[in-house]
Amino acid sequence: MPDKIKTNYNKALEAERAAEYEALNNPLHGIWTIANRELKKWYRVPLLLIMTLIQPIIWLGLFGKAANFGSLFSGASFNIPGVNIPASVLNNLGNTLLTNTFGTTSYFSFLSVGMLVFVIVFAAMFSGMSIVWDRRLGYLNKILSAPIPRGSIVVGKVLSGVVRSLAQAAIVLIVAVVLGMDTSYINPVSLLVAFAAMFLLALSLSSLFTMLALRSKDWQTQMTIMNLLNLPLIFASNALFPTKIMPSWMQTIVAINPISYAVDAGRQALLGIAGANPLWFDFLYLTVFSIIMVAVGMILSLRYLSK
Amino acid sequence: MANKNAIIEVKNLTKVFDNKVKAVDDISFNINYGEIFGFLGPNGAGKSTTINMLTTLFPPTSGTAMVCGYNISKEPMEVRKSIGTVPQDYTSDSDMTGQEYIIFCADLYGIPRNIAVPRAAELLKLVSLQDVAKNKIDSYSGGMRRRFELACGLINRPKLLFLDEPTLGLDVQTRTAVWSYITKLKKEYSMTIFLTTHYLEEVDALCDRVAIIDHGKIVKMGTPKELKAGLGGDIIEIGIKETSINISDRILKIKNVKDVKRSGGEYRIKAKNGEELAPKIIDLILKNKYHITKIFLTKPTMDEVYLEYTGKSIRNEQSDKDAQFRQLHTIRTARM
Ligand SMILES: Nc1ncnc2c1ncn2[C@@H]1O[C@H](COP(=O)(O)OP(=O)(O)OP(=O)(O)O)[C@@H](O)[C@H]1O
Ligand SMILES: [Mg+2]
Repeated sequence: MPDKIKTNYNKALEAERAAEYEALNNPLHGIWTIANRELKKWYRVPLLLIMTLIQPIIWLGLFGKAANFGSLFSGASFNIPGVNIPASVLNNLGNTLLTNTFGTTSYFSFLSVGMLVFVIVFAAMFSGMSIVWDRRLGYLNKILSAPIPRGSIVVGKVLSGVVRSLAQAAIVLIVAVVLGMDTSYINPVSLLVAFAAMFLLALSLSSLFTMLALRSKDWQTQMTIMNLLNLPLIFASNALFPTKIMPSWMQTIVAINPISYAVDAGRQALLGIAGANPLWFDFLYLTVFSIIMVAVGMILSLRYLSK
Repeated sequence: MANKNAIIEVKNLTKVFDNKVKAVDDISFNINYGEIFGFLGPNGAGKSTTINMLTTLFPPTSGTAMVCGYNISKEPMEVRKSIGTVPQDYTSDSDMTGQEYIIFCADLYGIPRNIAVPRAAELLKLVSLQDVAKNKIDSYSGGMRRRFELACGLINRPKLLFLDEPTLGLDVQTRTAVWSYITKLKKEYSMTIFLTTHYLEEVDALCDRVAIIDHGKIVKMGTPKELKAGLGGDIIEIGIKETSINISDRILKIKNVKDVKRSGGEYRIKAKNGEELAPKIIDLILKNKYHITKIFLTKPTMDEVYLEYTGKSIRNEQSDKDAQFRQLHTIRTARM
């Protein structure tokens, strides 16, 4: 390159550099870039999105509709031979029984809220595990050698996990409403409360799973363990069945399980059910759990990333 | 320690993994502005580990280095801003288009869109990928993928570019194409380039200076020419019909001839600047009215240099099989 052109080139370069460095001074630089790339990968592949939603929706459809406890106790299906109990009495009895057990007469509505949280748990797990692929595919090295603070990388990852979880939960909620979930309590405020609870759960679980995924050498075992862990965690919560009908040892697990608190808050908000705890306590528990998980997740992830 | 000409100054750099694998063992060297510097070594020699420390992927166990005037341990962010890297493995997201991914890389460096878009176009053109920019990356061939990664590594217009095995697994033709892009970068953008390779031809074709690294240590450093000259020069083999006559002494008298071995009518001559010397020897023979039956000139290749410094000793011992296996295993796990 002739010297004159070279000088011009260098001058142009300096001007461009100044603009770049200014952006780099922003402490939030990189977070959105990284989160956005994750989200793009996700909404770009509708098939994948549908696949991840199929399971909870099938559960809702089959489980929620088949286990229609309401019909068991309706006057049309149940009577005692010889004793002619009027249908209205039976219906009443059934409804009282259902309300006592589930807090609502519609098991489907009861399960719907559980399914929202179910979706959160699995979405958080999958987005956390995606970092394993990033490392295998070399992408992690690319972002690690870019001028982005290590913390922003983790935050971007977790953030995308949270957005994904909440978006999927929103879709499942719409499907549930279409399939006949009780909407009498749903309004902007109740939605906000329910999603705030789910946000806290998603935040804590995404941090936890991102940290676990970063530290695991063997992703296959990790995947298996997570799968093994997730379902029992959901069963040992109030997501699918009311706590009342569980054996007492299980009730202890349910009482510790943060999933239960998100479900409890969600049901109070969306279905107007009297919860196991006051709403403020659900939020307190979820907030404390989130703070611990985010702190531990961040610290361990950072330590791993700068080893 | 400031050395005005050095863009990289490495001092006693060491990396020990998990308290047992000494991947890089107390190496020191300088790289000057505008150089293409090659790191040559077998699998597991510690090439990538060195690059990863210099590009601040992870900190060294001990020792330090200055890269573009910044300390890799104390000012990693400044280092990252001023360098470009193309890692050994493909990094790009195969389900994005080339255009999307290179803009994503620009975002990582905080480059505003109004600068990033024309620059991306320029870089894609540089590596002749402008026509496939809108295609998904997984439709690219191996060579296109490498060139694409190269373009991505240049997005922040680095003064210094790290290339970890830039032609790994490419066929000869594509490799030559990548080489031409690398030389272009040096010429047109006066870029300094640090590359690693285990292809000897690559070093010969590209590098101003080479360091041979083995078991984490630098065993030899110099220009490819120096290294080859260090082996003792070129070999001229020449045969004459007159097998009973000995012309060894007369050949030895020619300037620059170092050694002559004769068997019958065949002479094996060790010399400096073989191509200039050969005509002189031919002259000598023809003047004496002898008849040449054959002539052959061999220049030492990096192959021989490499063998000389890495090949012979430990590698052939039986006990090393286990170590090699372990090494392979670690590499596999590390790459996960
Ligand atoms: N993250 C890691 N953890 C443990 N050991 C590692 C790690 N990375 C590399 N090693 C070990 O360090 C040594 C040097 O590896 P390195 O990747 O630097 O070699 P290389 O010269 O780049 O080889 P190749 O030509 O195969 O890329 C090897 O023995 C390898 O097993
Ligand atoms: Mg390597």
